[in-house]
Amino acid sequence: MADGMFIQVEVDESVRGDAELAQKLADACPVDIFENAGGRVEIVPANLDECVLCELCIHAAPPGAVRVRKLYSGEVLQSAD
Amino acid sequence: MRLFEYESRQILEREGIPVTKAGVARTPEEAERIAREIAGPVVLKSQVLTGGRMKAGGVKFADTPEEARAHAEHILGLEINGHMPRGVLVGHKAPIAKELYAGVIYDGTRKLPTFVFSDMGGIDIEEVAETHPDHIGRGHFSTILPQMDFRAKDVIASVGITGGDLNKLTPILSKLARLFVKYDMTLAEINPLAQLEDGSFVAVDAHMDMENEARGRHKALLAELGVGDEETREAREPTPFEIEGERIDSVDHRGVAGNVTEFDGNLGLVIGAGGGSLTLFDAVRKYGGRPANYCEIGGNPSVSKACNLTKLVLQKPGVDKIAVMMSIVSNTRVDIVARGVIKACTELGYDPAEKIAIFRIPGAWEDEGFKILERYGVEYCDRSVSMHEAARRAVEKIGGQAAAQTPAAGAEEGTSGAATEVTQP
Amino acid sequence: MSILIDESTTFIVQGITGREAVNLTRECLDYGSKIVGGVTPGRRGREVHGVPVYDSVAQLVGELGFVPDGSVVTVPPAFAKDAVFEAIEAGIKLIVVVTERIPRYDVAQMVELAGLRGARIIGPNCLGIIRPGVAKMGGIGGPAKDAQKAYKPGCVGVMSRSGGMTTEISSTLSAAGLGVSTAISIGGDAIIGSTYAELMPLFEADAQTEAIVIYTEPGGRMEAQLAEWVKQNDSRLPIVAFMAGRFMDEMPGMSFGHAGTIVEGKADTAAEKIARLQEAGITVAEEIAEIPDLVRQKIASKAVA
Repeated sequence: MADGMFIQVEVDESVRGDAELAQKLADACPVDIFENAGGRVEIVPANLDECVLCELCIHAAPPGAVRVRKLYSGEVLQSAD
Repeated sequence: MRLFEYESRQILEREGIPVTKAGVARTPEEAERIAREIAGPVVLKSQVLTGGRMKAGGVKFADTPEEARAHAEHILGLEINGHMPRGVLVGHKAPIAKELYAGVIYDGTRKLPTFVFSDMGGIDIEEVAETHPDHIGRGHFSTILPQMDFRAKDVIASVGITGGDLNKLTPILSKLARLFVKYDMTLAEINPLAQLEDGSFVAVDAHMDMENEARGRHKALLAELGVGDEETREAREPTPFEIEGERIDSVDHRGVAGNVTEFDGNLGLVIGAGGGSLTLFDAVRKYGGRPANYCEIGGNPSVSKACNLTKLVLQKPGVDKIAVMMSIVSNTRVDIVARGVIKACTELGYDPAEKIAIFRIPGAWEDEGFKILERYGVEYCDRSVSMHEAARRAVEKIGGQAAAQTPAAGAEEGTSGAATEVTQP
Repeated sequence: MSILIDESTTFIVQGITGREAVNLTRECLDYGSKIVGGVTPGRRGREVHGVPVYDSVAQLVGELGFVPDGSVVTVPPAFAKDAVFEAIEAGIKLIVVVTERIPRYDVAQMVELAGLRGARIIGPNCLGIIRPGVAKMGGIGGPAKDAQKAYKPGCVGVMSRSGGMTTEISSTLSAAGLGVSTAISIGGDAIIGSTYAELMPLFEADAQTEAIVIYTEPGGRMEAQLAEWVKQNDSRLPIVAFMAGRFMDEMPGMSFGHAGTIVEGKADTAAEKIARLQEAGITVAEEIAEIPDLVRQKIASKAVA
C-alpha cells in the first residue's frame, strides 16, 4: 500500500476478503479511498490524502478492523471497542 | 459577457430595430467586397471589446472600396488596449441629421431596469449626464407587469421630443427594453441612434453585455452569433496562467480554487474567499508587497484542488514565496487547505517551511490544520493575528519593502500599475 | 426589540435535502433556531435532522397550520425565482436567499414581488442573519460551536457584502469585548433584497445596537445610498466602514470576489465610495483590527454630543 503524506488507512488482513465489507466501505467513504475490487477491500492511494476524518469507514467495519492514521501527528482513529 | 458591436447589431436587427447597412470583414478583401456592395461612403470600425477605438485609430472613413481595403488592412493589424480586433465592421456612412442615445440598464438602488434616453447621442452618456443632465430622461419599468410602450414614450417625451419623432422613437426604445429582458442583458445601448436626413431613425452603433450567469439560457442565440462557450469576454484576454487556473477550478467540482488573475510580483497568494481575497490583496499591497496573483479559495475545495492551485502559483516565474491566508472559514476546512498547500510544496521539491511565508486561516478544523503546519514547521497564526498583520508578516519575510518594484513584461492594461502603485492615505 | 429574527422566529428551508442545506439545517438547529419544516419537491415524508420535508410551501403551511416567519432558500439558481415566489405567495415575510449566480432579472423580479407583498428578501448570494446567543438563519458563522466562538452578544450591528467577512469582523468585535447585536450577510450580487440603507431603520429601532460596522466593496451605488440615508436621517448610530478591493480601481471592467463587485464607472470605485461615506460622517477603517477602537471612539463622541 502506498502511503499518503498525511493519512494512512490500515485494513486488517483478516477482513480484506470480506466482499460485503468491501462494498460497505466503498459506499461509505465520501472521498473514494476504498474500492471494492472483486469482493476484496482495496485502497486507492491517490485518494488517501482527501480523507475528511469522518470515520464512516471505521464505523462501517468490525471494531478495530479499519484504522485511520494521521501521519502528521501519529494519532490513530479507530472504533473504541 | 460583452458582445461585439457586430453581434449587438445582429441582435437589434433580429428584434426589429433598424440598423445601418453593414458587414463584418476578417480580411481586407472582404472589407473591399462589403464596401462595394454598400456602394457609397463607408465607416470601418475595429471590432474590439474595449473603449477608445476612435482615439486609437480603430475607426476610419472611406469613399471607395479600395480605400476601405487599405483602412481595413491597417485596422485588422492594430492592437487597441491589448486587444487584437475580431474583425472590422464595414458600415454605410449614412447622412445623419441628428444623433441620439437609447439605453437600458439596471438601477441597483431601485432594483429595477431603467430606460436611459438622450437627444444628445454620439458621445459618452456619463459625460452627458454630468454636463447636460436636462438632456437625459430616465424611467424604471416593472419586471412583473407586462412591458408597456407608454413607459418608453414618457422617457423620450421627458427630454422634449414630440410629434412624429416621438412616435417613431417609442417602439425603438420599447423594443430595446424587451430584448434587454429577453436576453438577460445587463446593458443594451444604441449610441448613436441616428436620425437620417429623411427623418427615419437607425442604429449606427450598439453595445450590449449579457449576464454571464444567464448564458445557459441563450444557447441558441449565442450559437447563431458564433460565440463559443470558451470565450470569457473579460475586460482583458485571459493569460495562459489564468486559463490554467480556470482549468484547475473546473475539472474538480469540489469547492472553488480559482478566479485567478495574474500580476507581476514575487509573492504568490493562495487566498480566499470572495471578500477575504479582496481584503488580503489590498493588505499585501498596503505593506509594500508585490502580489504575483489574485485568487479565491472557498466552498471547501478538495486537497488535490488546493494543491493544484498552489502548484500553479508556486511555478509562476518570479514567485519566491507564497502566503496562504483567508478570513475566518466556516465551510472551507483549515486542515484540508493545509494539506493541499504543503503537498504542493513537497511535490515540487520545496520545503514548505521555506516556501510558505505565512499560513493564516482560522476557523473550521483549525486545530487539526495547525497540527499539520507544526509538523512541517510552517509559520501559522490563528484569528488573534489580523488579516493585515498576517499580510504584513508575509511581505516582511519576502523582503517586500526593500524589493525593487519593476513591472514585469506582458502585464496587460492596468495590471502593471496595480502591482506597483501603492496608495497610502 | 430585535432585528429580523428572535428566539421565537420560525422558519423553513427550501431545498432542504441538498448537501449544503443539510449542513445549514444542522447548524441552525444546534444554534437554537426553530426550523419547522423543509421543502424539496418529490421528497415529502422525509426528515432532515428531524425536520419534516414537504413537496411545497403551501403543503407545509397546510400541515403546520400556520405560516412560518421566514424561509431560507438554497435551491439551484435555475429554480431560485420559483422558490422565492412560492414562499412569498404562501405569505412568508422574511426570505434569506443563499443561492449564488441567480440571473439579475430573476432577482429583480423576486425583489419587486416582495415589495408588492410586504415581504423582505436578504441576499441573494448571502449567508443569512445571526443574533448572537439567540438564533441564526442561514449558514452564517458555520457550525454552532464555530458561530459561538466568532459571535458574542454585544452592541454592534454588522452588515456585510461578504459572508466570510461578516464573521471576520464580528469575531474581531467579539474578541475586543464589544460583541455583536445582529450581523447580516446582505449578499454579494449587483441587486440584493436589502441594502445597508434599507436595514438601517431596523438597527435604529433596536435598543441593543449602539453602533454599526459595514463591510463594502467596489461596484454599485449601495454605499452612496447609505451616505444619503445618514445625511437625511439624524441617526443615533455611529458607523464605521471597511472597504476592500481598493486595487480594483485600477482595473475597470474586471469582476473580483463577488458578482456585484466591478468598477464600471467612476461612482463604482473604492476611492469614490470612501469619499461619499466620509462626507456623511462615516469613518472608513484602514484595517479590520482598527475597527473596535474606532467604534468605541465614535460611541464615546456620540455620547458627549
